[in-house]
Amino acid sequence: MKFLKDSLKRGIITENPTFVLVLGMCPTLAVTTTVANGIGMGLSATIVLMLSNFFISLLRKFIPQKVRIAAYIVVIASFVTIVQMLLQAYFPDLYKSLGIFIPLIVVNCIILARAEAFASKNGPFASLLDGLGMGLGFTVSLTLISAIRQVLGSVLKIGFFTLPPGGFLVLGLLLAAFGVLSNKGGKDK
Amino acid sequence: MIAELFAISLAAILVENFVLVQFMGICPFLGVSKKVETALGMGIAVTFVMAISNLLTFIVDKYVLKAYGFEYLQTIVFILIIAALVQFVEMFLQKSLPTLYASLGIYLPLITTNCAVLGVAITAAEDSESVITAVWQGAMAGVGFLLAILLLAGIRERLDDEKYPKALRGFPIALITASLLAIAFLGFSGFTVG
Repeated sequence: MKFLKDSLKRGIITENPTFVLVLGMCPTLAVTTTVANGIGMGLSATIVLMLSNFFISLLRKFIPQKVRIAAYIVVIASFVTIVQMLLQAYFPDLYKSLGIFIPLIVVNCIILARAEAFASKNGPFASLLDGLGMGLGFTVSLTLISAIRQVLGSVLKIGFFTLPPGGFLVLGLLLAAFGVLSNKGGKDK
Repeated sequence: MIAELFAISLAAILVENFVLVQFMGICPFLGVSKKVETALGMGIAVTFVMAISNLLTFIVDKYVLKAYGFEYLQTIVFILIIAALVQFVEMFLQKSLPTLYASLGIYLPLITTNCAVLGVAITAAEDSESVITAVWQGAMAGVGFLLAILLLAGIRERLDDEKYPKALRGFPIALITASLLAIAFLGFSGFTVG
């Protein structure tokens, strides 16, 4: 249980993939025009992250060091294809609005980074939980950004925020805010 | 044919710029844009890989995957082709063109996870009708990336000498600069040829 708590805390707060590690920026900017898209992308990536972490951890003793990145990419691409098919079959609207960013989950740096930094060194169960924590951290960040953009863009009708420049601006200001908050926390200690 | 290629260039470089309008390749765009020189190296390496990877992925997609009904393997096959190609280009440059390798070498492994490369391969496989337009689309998407990263690097180099709030240092100021650049590129939207 403590394991689960640690993984969640690490993924959502201390090593938040978006605001602390600054990884996986493309989907973060591209799909966050509505909250539904943000959550959809976040959860799709979470499923891929959990499954790929789990299987890479199981296979970690069989994968030769030299071709490990290629092997990780094949595992990740397989799960992305499965998620893509499931979305197409059961959530056709979400599939349409996420579009090309579903196959691009393969090259989301967060997934490869966790495979390399965590799953290749830890047991399958711990890796599964790490994937869950990181995935939820990613989902929370996407939800936050998309909520800001949707409220400003669609509810208050400031069209700028649903356009690409609005995405860059919101993410830039949020990163600055998180930087200030985490520095303050450091000084208080 | 020439009109078609011109329309593709205009769309890929300006109207639908992969970085500033379609949000692909943001990681290298932010990560390797501190200096103009490194940005130029990364941009050229990306353009090169995009053109060749589009050639290979388009042929494999049209004559193997689509011809035999294996469309669902597209993502896996494409990313493997790109990863293998990047590795091959790296080895080739190291052996045959050591000077070019010395300047581009460190960027090459990063290109595998540049989502714009996979993105343009998938886009071209859906949209393009011939190998020529697919390769051209890849090359022009690369030029669009080169343009965006050069613009950002030029501005970031100048910003180093300016005073601005400490909280904005690093990624935040890069993103805000990118936002302003994206506003400029919005001016091209709705601009079509042919």
